[in-house]
Amino acid sequence: MSAPVTTVRTGTSAARTARFVLGKASGMIIVLLVVSALTYAVFVLLPADPAQLACGRPCTPERLEAARGYMGLDLPSWKQYLLFLGGIFAGRTFGSGATAIDCAAPCLGYSFRLNESVTDLITSRLPVTFSIAIGAAVLWLVVGVAAGVVAAIKRGTVIDRAVMIGAIAGVSAPSYLVGLLGILLFGFTLNMVPVSGYVAFTESPLDWAWHLVLPWTVLAILMAAVYARLTRAQMLDVMGSDFIRTARAKGLTEQRVITRHALRNVMIPVITLFGLDLGGLLGGAVITEKVFSMPGLGALLLDAVGNFDLPVLVGVTLFSAAVIIVANFLVDLVYGVLDPRARA
Amino acid sequence: MSDDLIGGQPLVTVEGLTVQFEGQDRPAVDGVSWTLHRGQVLALVGESGSGKSVTAFSVLGLLPATAEVTGSVRLAPTEGVGEGGGASMQLVGATPAQLLPVRGGVVGLISQEPMNAWNPVLTIGWQIIEAIRVHSKVTRARARERLLELLREVGLADPERIARSYPHQLSGGQLQRALIAMAISADPVALIADEPTTALDVTVQAGILGLLRTLRDTRGTAIVLITHDMGVVADLADDVVVMRAGRIVEQAPVARLFAAPEDAYTRELLDAVPHLGAVASANKTATTKTATTTATSLVSAPTGRVEAVLPPPIDLVDLHVVYPGSRRSAPVHAASGVTLRIERGEMLGLVGESGSGKSTIGQVLAGLVPATSGTVRVCQVDLRTAPRKEQLGVRRRVGVVFQDPASTLNPRWTIAQAIGEPLRLHTDLRGTAARDKVAHLLELVQLSPDLADRFSHELSGGQRQRVSIARAVALDPEVLIADEPTSALDVSVQQRILDVFADLQQRLGFSCLFISHNLAVVERVTGRVAVMHEGRIVEQGPTRDVLGSPQDPYTQRLLAAAPVADPAVQAERRVHWLSLTSG
Repeated sequence: MSAPVTTVRTGTSAARTARFVLGKASGMIIVLLVVSALTYAVFVLLPADPAQLACGRPCTPERLEAARGYMGLDLPSWKQYLLFLGGIFAGRTFGSGATAIDCAAPCLGYSFRLNESVTDLITSRLPVTFSIAIGAAVLWLVVGVAAGVVAAIKRGTVIDRAVMIGAIAGVSAPSYLVGLLGILLFGFTLNMVPVSGYVAFTESPLDWAWHLVLPWTVLAILMAAVYARLTRAQMLDVMGSDFIRTARAKGLTEQRVITRHALRNVMIPVITLFGLDLGGLLGGAVITEKVFSMPGLGALLLDAVGNFDLPVLVGVTLFSAAVIIVANFLVDLVYGVLDPRARA
Repeated sequence: MSDDLIGGQPLVTVEGLTVQFEGQDRPAVDGVSWTLHRGQVLALVGESGSGKSVTAFSVLGLLPATAEVTGSVRLAPTEGVGEGGGASMQLVGATPAQLLPVRGGVVGLISQEPMNAWNPVLTIGWQIIEAIRVHSKVTRARARERLLELLREVGLADPERIARSYPHQLSGGQLQRALIAMAISADPVALIADEPTTALDVTVQAGILGLLRTLRDTRGTAIVLITHDMGVVADLADDVVVMRAGRIVEQAPVARLFAAPEDAYTRELLDAVPHLGAVASANKTATTKTATTTATSLVSAPTGRVEAVLPPPIDLVDLHVVYPGSRRSAPVHAASGVTLRIERGEMLGLVGESGSGKSTIGQVLAGLVPATSGTVRVCQVDLRTAPRKEQLGVRRRVGVVFQDPASTLNPRWTIAQAIGEPLRLHTDLRGTAARDKVAHLLELVQLSPDLADRFSHELSGGQRQRVSIARAVALDPEVLIADEPTSALDVSVQQRILDVFADLQQRLGFSCLFISHNLAVVERVTGRVAVMHEGRIVEQGPTRDVLGSPQDPYTQRLLAAAPVADPAVQAERRVHWLSLTSG
């Protein structure tokens, strides 16, 4: 049971980790394929004809036919799907000759309405959505967890009650309402922050943050409320467990008991939820972007829905799904770091 | 550390300690006084709710904020604690800052469930090093050396591996040993051991009790032993404090308490302990005392009444149960070639330690776990080949009683609804007829029919378990499976439940598989016993023969490990146990 066993153990544990990551990654690819097939099926089954929308007026049968050929809609749907998949990896070309449009890999489709490839549309809007999502996420995680922990430690006191009432208010407040009220109060009445628009981080980090303060807060209020409640419940649960008593019986200060022993256990379910929420938000915060007139993914999606811009719809949906799946994957990895039982 | 003690002065002096929890009408601890000396093992004995744990935790200042503590808990002066200069320290009303050096530094804690006592996300080594470094400012490297020394001292053979392990990777016994290592890491003068072996198997328990004894002998550590197990008391304690409803009813040296208990409650408690009587006589160790206190088997051997023509209601032939492993773990063979037969009206005890597969057998018979191979015949129906409908029909002829009565009753149902459920599912009894049947069933298990409209949380643990039994026999089953039915109960309650069992069995004549890890309980209620070890039946036969003169080495070890509630006998049994394990 000594040295040789030890070496074997470390060896297998490294191999195990590699197998764990590989297994998760291959599962991820399968899920993405299924999602892409499903979104594409919706694209094909929808009664709207992209060619019709693109063919202009007057739309003679000849022009419509030409447009269909140009967009590849005259092919059988499975072939269209394969072309779509192929475009992601190798890029594709719509039409031919002088009017040909090149869509470089990764090509998620082409919006004939906006005359831009879906990939370009997404990448141009991504910084906006990422800025909103990451900032809000940091804010709600810090505020929510801190509030939950404090409420749990001060259980039954005025502080606890205040946090919980605040959390219920936060959960019940619709973000469009909070957003508009925020614009009214801080934007117009107090004139403290800009009410709309986006400034790139690379242009001016200060302006960037300044423009995002309100959207961050609006998004974070709702989520922080959810996280405060979850954290409080988890914290109460953990603080009542035997190992906390063991830690106290060792002579640790209450502060160390909380930070070194309780928090990590509390964070296990919190991080799981956080990964999913952040992933979902990276796919576009539709309402918030609309309220603050931010040109993000959510706004792009909303616009595409309003105009039957199917290639954009499919592309953005697939991208959002990919982000959520990747977030899930990262959660699994972090979970393994936080909780040794998940590694076993 | 201990040299600083003034000779003869007690380490801990508890005087008139009263603990009142917010919102409760009577104090949890009411005017308790005792002293603890160097090298002494003081057992605090009593049933759940007697206040024994609350008393002990007050020595660590570990009571919740809702507790109002009055009286006095004084700690003899030790290095680094209190005002110094030889003054003793008062723990009642001490500030958190004053208590920190006491916790772990002067008084260590060993708690009940080793599986829950460790932080699941940190390694054993990390947690012990943390404890070391809280109380002495040593380098990380020195703390690590100390860690390995400690793990070796508590008898863990591979300290490097243990230190690297996370709690879920170790067994209950290993975790409890490591927990003891952590508790002694700062050389405390006293240990609080809160039911240190209750969650462990008897053979593991014997090792832990031996370790505590060694610590007492080599380090002079005083131990406050909280337990409900009179066998453990007999094995380890020097003095005993018997508590009931927050008060001390009797306080005596262990030998005198067992030989001549003065208080009526103490006598009641001692009488309630099931003794392994026949075992002691077979081992030829001091038979007289145990023989007199032995409760003779409540159930007579069934052979007289068995109608041999009828096939047995439970017939297992070469049963194998394999739980498939996952990618990372090998399949588990929970049963490997078990052949077992229970005759009509017979009560068979199935004993073994955790993981032996005994519960799996019960679940196979109840149709809850499929057999991998072999024959499973329950009430003449083959559970592996019979049509699904016939298999489900068997379930109404099989009653099941589980270990924890609190979690097997729906908290939102009344007792009448709980007992009435099988009647609603399988009979036409409705309305008053159903109510009458429920009342009759409650009377059968010696409960008042008035309880029918109560909810399970309004009942005591023993009452709840009797409700579970009433529910299990509601349909007058041919077969009853009882999986550790008394393990979660206090010893005096356990006795009553066993009486109810024996009485019902006599009246209703069902065949019963009685699964238990407690040999004395099995001896008390069953006529025949089978011993399970690692998925196999290693020995079976009449209870008296198997427990009296065990043939299989595993059965011998199991029997020798179980402590008996008699200090003199237990001292001899301990020697016997050591000879079995060292060989």
